[in-house]
Amino acid sequence: MPGTPRTRRHAREVAVIAFAQSDHLRRTDELSEVEMVMPVLHQVLAQTGLKAGEIGFTCSGSSDYLAGRAFSFTMTLDGVGAWPPISESHVEMDGAWALYEAWVKIQTGEADTALVYSYGKSSPGSVRDVLTRQLDPYYLAPLWPDAVALAALQAQALIDAGETDEAGLAAIGARSRAAASANPHAQLTGAVPQGDYQVAPLRTGDCPPVGDGAAAVILAAGDVARRLCGRPAWITGIDHRIEAHSLGLRDLTDSPSTRIAAEHAGVFEGPVDTAELHAPFSSQEVVLRKALGLGEGVSVNLSGGALAANPMMAAGLIRIGEAAARIHRGESDRAVAHATSGPCLQQNLVAVLEGDRA
Amino acid sequence: MSASGKEPVAVVGIGQTKHVAARHDVSIAGLVREAAVRALADAELTWADIDAVVIGKAPDFFEGVMMPELYLADALGAVGKPMLRVHTAGSVGGSTALVASNLVAARVHRTVLTLAFEKQSESNAMWGLSLPVPFQQPLLAGAGGFFAPHVRAYMRRTGAPDTVGSLVAYKDRRNALKNPYAHLHEHDITLEKVQASPMLWDPIRYSETCPSSDGACAMILTDREGAARSPKPPAWVHGGAMRSEPTLFAGKDFVSPQAGKDCAADVYRQAGITDPRREIDAVEMYVPFSWYEPMWLENLGFAEEGEGWKLTEAGVTELDGDLPVNPSGGVLSTNPIGASGMIRFAEAALQVRGQAGEHQVPDARRAMGHAYGGGAQFFAMWLVGAEPPAS
Repeated sequence: MPGTPRTRRHAREVAVIAFAQSDHLRRTDELSEVEMVMPVLHQVLAQTGLKAGEIGFTCSGSSDYLAGRAFSFTMTLDGVGAWPPISESHVEMDGAWALYEAWVKIQTGEADTALVYSYGKSSPGSVRDVLTRQLDPYYLAPLWPDAVALAALQAQALIDAGETDEAGLAAIGARSRAAASANPHAQLTGAVPQGDYQVAPLRTGDCPPVGDGAAAVILAAGDVARRLCGRPAWITGIDHRIEAHSLGLRDLTDSPSTRIAAEHAGVFEGPVDTAELHAPFSSQEVVLRKALGLGEGVSVNLSGGALAANPMMAAGLIRIGEAAARIHRGESDRAVAHATSGPCLQQNLVAVLEGDRA
Repeated sequence: MSASGKEPVAVVGIGQTKHVAARHDVSIAGLVREAAVRALADAELTWADIDAVVIGKAPDFFEGVMMPELYLADALGAVGKPMLRVHTAGSVGGSTALVASNLVAARVHRTVLTLAFEKQSESNAMWGLSLPVPFQQPLLAGAGGFFAPHVRAYMRRTGAPDTVGSLVAYKDRRNALKNPYAHLHEHDITLEKVQASPMLWDPIRYSETCPSSDGACAMILTDREGAARSPKPPAWVHGGAMRSEPTLFAGKDFVSPQAGKDCAADVYRQAGITDPRREIDAVEMYVPFSWYEPMWLENLGFAEEGEGWKLTEAGVTELDGDLPVNPSGGVLSTNPIGASGMIRFAEAALQVRGQAGEHQVPDARRAMGHAYGGGAQFFAMWLVGAEPPAS
């Protein structure tokens, strides 16, 4: 819809004006988390010409359980260079939710710019085992059901409901990794074999690679965004919702939280040309496409998505960054970005990003 | 955009658990729900009135559950709603309330439940706080080991007599006797007993140290319209801020960190406070080790540098003094770490609502809630008042 003004549903216009990410690697034994994050922070700041001290608000996302120590985020904050003292916060969530907190902060008028970053190293431990520790600690976690097994339950439910089949799932994995060939940061690219069953019906090719990585985004309001970015990616709507934790209480073939978030973010109020979905398992893309009402004409995960690189705690923020970068480059006018957390898409965030029309 | 563009934020519901060493009778979900239900009852609201939930706690290692908000979504009525999880070390209870407050101030949501908790009996906080990683001093032996040298530095810098710490502990433990939710109720407390208690981390004695508690604290925050429907007087947020600085660097003043000074200055600017000592009626201050009362009195601008201990010694900070500090008994009497900051914020709100019961400061109109965390590097504060903000 050329010439259509962007929707204004909040007091202030806020845009993603810069995005940077690390190369996502299977192991980064030689790097501390700080060393992994620092180049990304320097890159994202350099894109805007801003210095850390000029940023109005800083917010990060990470997980102590991946780092294997309490207060792990304090080390990376030291790397940011919080001196003189800065206005700063942290969520123990994917960086997409740190971006949400920063967006709210800008909406209050207390900041005009925000630096958002997140990172995770999965390589030091077994992430399948680690993620079992985020389940109900009394009834579920003691059974150690791992993330792949839980995703397999969801995949089987989809197959049983006639929503997809194993060939359909394999095609999603193949398409994602083929698309990732154009993404220099991706971990798995090209013709990756579908492989053996990990937990039936999911094969290796249906599962995300385990890896380490970091990402950062800069947000800015109104004229600041226009001054610092040629084509800002305006966040015209953003919302997130959570569902019940227990898998037995949910219809695993659907994602009502994604749908509610999408409604509040305004996804359905106009056509979407690009979608960056945080679907670590091929089967989850099937669920998300349905919840977001994405037609065949929408380019989904041209970055390769989480099937090509899934750095824990950063993969959701990267979806927002990738969608924004396409708008910056003029390759998209209206994109939807999605992040997820928890077993089988328990918690979902949806953002609509729009570029100024020519 | 000026601050006047923000929606005024009101605290209309407050709920706490009775804080104890070990709540063996409830799960983590049971604990948080207890506080949330009490906050809803206080506000005379139901789960359906809540638009979003913002939850905070200190490290996940304290209970051994990674990202416990996922599992707690059901217990906190968050299903179908937005749920955010904040973690800013020991300041998290305060930061969590501020993130929730911003949701209302930005008019993103109208009524928000915010809650912070720690169920420390599920693990061992002492060792959860001792960081066995390269490039850090080993065997700090918990928070006391980290903070004791900075207390010693304060004593040396100001010439404070070594009796001041015990005065704070004696005051806070007596105040706690008036607070039904406080963890420690030491009915036989005397100044002599505090002074005779074992030395743990010189100069910090056992009785000048916070306990390890299980507990949760919840608040309902709402907009101007929500406040108009509130059955009890609301507390209005007049200012709130967070500041962070690095953990370790050559220029850091551990006795009076710049981030604490900047954070307080920002809150006072927002609230129009020019003389905090005169204009603020009660302070709920994060004092996990007794000596932090005089230290923070200076850091927050209630006393000139080097003079904080004199206020404490003169009884100014007693419940019946002219600047009561920690009328609830404070962190020294109750410390579910992740919740402690929010308890400070909530107790400040109780004071200006006139709902603090036996530990009420008479006619408190403006009160401050303060939290800090990490290596005295993360700060979160708010100032609440009985009247709506002027703008």
